[in-house]
Amino acid sequence: MPISWFLALRFFREGRLQSVLIVVGVSVGVAVMVFLSALIDGLQTSLVAQTLGTQAHVVVRPPDEVARPMLASSEAVAIAARVERTAQRSRSIVGWQQVVEGLSAIPSVTAVSPTVTGPAVATRGNATRAVVLYGIDPERFAGIYPIRERMVAGRFEPTGTGCVIGRELALDLGVGEGDRLRLGSVEGASEVYTVAGVFDLGNREVNRRWVVISTRGAQTLLDLVGGVSSVDLRLRDIYSADEVAADITARTGLIADSWMKTNAQLLVALRSQSSSSQMIQFFVILAVAMGIASVLVVSVVQKGKEIGILRAMGVGRSSVLWVFLIQGAMVGLIGSVIGTALGTGLGVLFAGMVRNADGSPTFPVTVSLALVARSAAIAFFTGVFAAALPARSAARLDPAVAIRNG
Amino acid sequence: MAEPVLLLEGVFKSYGNGVVTEVLKGVDLRVERGEFAALIGPSGSGKSTLLNILGLLDRPTRGRLTIAGEDTAHLDDAGLTRLRGRTIGFVFQFHHLLPGLSAVENVMMPMIAATGRTSKEMVPRARRLLERVGLGEKAGARPNALSGGQQQRVAIARALALDPPLVLADEPTGNLDTKTADQIFEVMREFNRELGVAFLIVTHDPRLATRCDRTIDLVDGRIVSDRRRAGP
Repeated sequence: MPISWFLALRFFREGRLQSVLIVVGVSVGVAVMVFLSALIDGLQTSLVAQTLGTQAHVVVRPPDEVARPMLASSEAVAIAARVERTAQRSRSIVGWQQVVEGLSAIPSVTAVSPTVTGPAVATRGNATRAVVLYGIDPERFAGIYPIRERMVAGRFEPTGTGCVIGRELALDLGVGEGDRLRLGSVEGASEVYTVAGVFDLGNREVNRRWVVISTRGAQTLLDLVGGVSSVDLRLRDIYSADEVAADITARTGLIADSWMKTNAQLLVALRSQSSSSQMIQFFVILAVAMGIASVLVVSVVQKGKEIGILRAMGVGRSSVLWVFLIQGAMVGLIGSVIGTALGTGLGVLFAGMVRNADGSPTFPVTVSLALVARSAAIAFFTGVFAAALPARSAARLDPAVAIRNG
Repeated sequence: MAEPVLLLEGVFKSYGNGVVTEVLKGVDLRVERGEFAALIGPSGSGKSTLLNILGLLDRPTRGRLTIAGEDTAHLDDAGLTRLRGRTIGFVFQFHHLLPGLSAVENVMMPMIAATGRTSKEMVPRARRLLERVGLGEKAGARPNALSGGQQQRVAIARALALDPPLVLADEPTGNLDTKTADQIFEVMREFNRELGVAFLIVTHDPRLATRCDRTIDLVDGRIVSDRRRAGP
């Protein structure tokens, strides 16, 4: 065993109470770090998942119609004209089959669902509700939304004259699986549909508004025969949505809205949450570093005489330096192991204690390997850095003075 | 004449800038291999300063110090540390054992310092040294579990760990009762006779000084007398 390790271990063992106290201190610091990170990560993940449960990552739609005035300015005549914005009607994406093919070829896109969407009215008896029609291909639609897992009654089979509606709408209209309702569009077309299933996507507004039917049915009702009004995309990395959307717009001239743009406020909230958690972690690290440094400074003072004796016996300056660096690293490492376990345990306990009505945890806690590795690395390097100053002063001790004054 | 283990030529040492205190005022001293010498003198005569310089813990302001044939003036800190480890064993007044280490680990310490690492072969050698000072069965004990005399024996065993040609002892019996002091003195004397290790012992105790082969008297930073007893 190298001399520095030998002495570091002996010193560590000898200063029993000090060692225990500082390890506990570091452990608590690391535990706070791990727990806080895990909690914030978990909260954010679940918040984003909840948001994206009812939203496509990117929605591609035709460009807005723009009025092009036929008046033109010339060098001689300047024209001041106020051009009114055109009302946007339901239109199809031109050549949508090729667009879908092109979008499917993008590597980061995992699912593509062409959608015919538009306003409609659902009627049963005297009850009438304004709804949004979704004409889709069931396989493709299920690739975007977790609707198959969220069925509360019947099955997800929006084919023929079968429709799938949300739980709130079913309650409002008083319909269940197998019941009929009439769907009418503002274009004047209407058709009787049978409820094939009822879903609950966890969002009241969506549950009240969405009526999912076949592509062909929606095309007929919304007067968009052969066309689709938008294409929904699902991505491998949700945070690449902005880039992918910009890329699609640049390549196709279509409008592509990412979920990040439509939920800008949520993202700002998430970011400020992250930065406040990072700030707390920074101060925890600072406190841990101060703790380690102060214990080692005291230890160097206490051991001044011993260090002098060691130097008198031929132990070099660099060995003395390493004795204290190793102690710092050891404290950091042991503290990070205990702290990670403590933080993880705390997280699991917390997640288990506070639960929603449906039994899912209110605060989902995700402890990832990366988080553990990061905390351990931070604690380790904090230990070494904190030990640097006391280690240097120990190495600089004049042995004669240390022995005389010790 | 063989190369002396210790050679001091015109050594001066002063402390402080501005108000300079001259502690050593030109010391010449030659210690041969296998000598058993006492360094005596009143408090403040410069004994500790001289011992620190001899032990390479401090450098002279002026003058030359040669240890085992090596001129120390040109050595840097690492060089001094190496030379010190190899050639000089220390016994201090307050034993200065490391409290966190067992007796046998304390004896091993100079060996560990010299090689930079621990190794299994060091243990039997350290145990033999402990047996020679009569502490074979206390090898695993911590210093605070030993009596003052026992602690000083461990310190002597430690000083001899690397077979140095010279041992410097600073008041090795100063803290002990007469009987124990005699025993410690005898232990050192034995090592001197059997292994030919030179001892330079700083002491206040005139009884012990007269039992050494040579008595060096330091007063006010100068050697005022240097007497050898005839015959062993």
